[in-house]
Amino acid sequence: MKKKTRVFDRILTVVLSLLCIAWIYPVFMILMNSLKKETAITTSSAFELPTAETFNGLANFVDAIGSKGFLSAFLTSLTITVTSVVLILVCCSMCAWYITRVQNVFTKLCYFLFVFSMVVPFQMLMFTLASTSDQLRLNTPWNICIIYLGFGAGLAVFMFSGFMKSIPLEIEEAALIDGCNPLQTFFLIVIPVLKPTLISVGILETMWVWNDYLLPYLVLDRKKYSTIPILIQYFKGSYGKVEMGPMMACIMLTVLPIIIIYVFCQKYIIKGVADGAVKG
Amino acid sequence: MVKTTRKWWPLFVLPTLLAFTIGFIIPFAEGLYLSLCKFTTINKATFIGFDNYVKAFSDAQFLNSLKFSVSFTVVSTLLINLLSFVIALALTRGIRGTNLFRGVYFLPNLIGGIVLGYIWNILINCVLSLTGQPLLALNADAGYWGIIILMCWQQIGYMMIIYIAGLQSIPNELIEAAQIDGATSLQTLFKVKIPNVMPSITICLFLTLTNSFKLFDQNLALTGGDPNHATEMLALNIYNTFYARSGAQWKGIGQAKAVLFCIMVVAISMIQLRATRSKEVQQ
Repeated sequence: MKKKTRVFDRILTVVLSLLCIAWIYPVFMILMNSLKKETAITTSSAFELPTAETFNGLANFVDAIGSKGFLSAFLTSLTITVTSVVLILVCCSMCAWYITRVQNVFTKLCYFLFVFSMVVPFQMLMFTLASTSDQLRLNTPWNICIIYLGFGAGLAVFMFSGFMKSIPLEIEEAALIDGCNPLQTFFLIVIPVLKPTLISVGILETMWVWNDYLLPYLVLDRKKYSTIPILIQYFKGSYGKVEMGPMMACIMLTVLPIIIIYVFCQKYIIKGVADGAVKG
Repeated sequence: MVKTTRKWWPLFVLPTLLAFTIGFIIPFAEGLYLSLCKFTTINKATFIGFDNYVKAFSDAQFLNSLKFSVSFTVVSTLLINLLSFVIALALTRGIRGTNLFRGVYFLPNLIGGIVLGYIWNILINCVLSLTGQPLLALNADAGYWGIIILMCWQQIGYMMIIYIAGLQSIPNELIEAAQIDGATSLQTLFKVKIPNVMPSITICLFLTLTNSFKLFDQNLALTGGDPNHATEMLALNIYNTFYARSGAQWKGIGQAKAVLFCIMVVAISMIQLRATRSKEVQQ
């Protein structure tokens, strides 16, 4: 019996390793192509490794960083992601605390609306949202975070209040009796307990905002700003006219930071995903 | 305590609620109203009743993309959940390298849909050209299976994490008790493990169903609906109705389609949640 399971586990390890290669290969392929010379990048030779003749060093990467608006798109993406996620974490945790602690018709209605907004597809709002945000001048990388706050509130409030229901009330009551006002109670007592959930929600919202394409595409003033997904889609649209080498380098430059962050924060990211599901 | 807290609502709730009103409630309400109008901008709308809905249903393209979306959603939901559950089972046996495998399978989720679509566009086109078949822009079947493979590649890791968390939360005594009673590993799987991970199955089905049905980025970047709208899913069809067609009537029709789309997504979610919730066991 024992021997049999050991053999089975070996076979399993081999199968899982093969799957691993299949999972990494697409990214590896882009990396290889980004090191090739322009003429060597064709549709049918995408699988070939660069040879001595076609190897181009890091020239494509230098090109990509130097031109194509890559740096400004990267900065725009970064600005939007950081401001939005910080705003979501602060405002939604406060809102969720109030909603779970003060139970009345108004807070129940709010909670219902937040949960409902998670299900509604973006296409339902995209046209009206784009024109509303134009009127309110929310079409810059610094102001778009207000829209993200409204749009990300559903998931964040849902997850925060799911966790807050499990915090014992007595600690907060003790703090209030000792003379804390609700604001102090929240930041001194609730936030420290909430830290793991803050990290989880932060990770989920970051993954969403950083990769979001359609919302910034429709809302941002596209003559002035573009984000990384917008830039890549724009390149793809002009297939043939665009230099493929720097394009591949661009993709690698967007994927690499993600992989590096992932290697260091894997534990938190995976925990964040698992937490997000359990609260459902 | 509640009394003192209640007065503080402008500070705690108002910022989020204001943003939520601007970002969700107003656009949603306007969208509902505009679906009954003929308009090119919000301020120039004339009420025309349910005309847009009638036209939406008589648009062959819309019905085609509905069919495509439904078939894609069914196939991808089944494949993703089956495969990710099997991988989760394999990764909870305590074999060596479990953490590495888990880490690698999850990786694609961190890369955005547009970038993923573009990467797979290059990869699939290369395979097609090496095997002498028409490229994605002319090959609807390859487009269909391409999106399914891409979605499996991306979503299996995410669902796997949720299933692993579910499997690990089953108390060991339950599994040991089953084994002492002489249950085979298959019986343990179907009689003990699966009923106990029902909450995970509920949430995974919910996520895969809605993600697949609402899919936009990957569809746009991989096939863009080519050839001739044959691989266009609902979300992309609505987008194209809004922004790729000229003529005053199309924006209204697009908004009506979006409302229908929204109703479908809400209905699917409610039915699915109710159906699987009833099968969950209490621990």
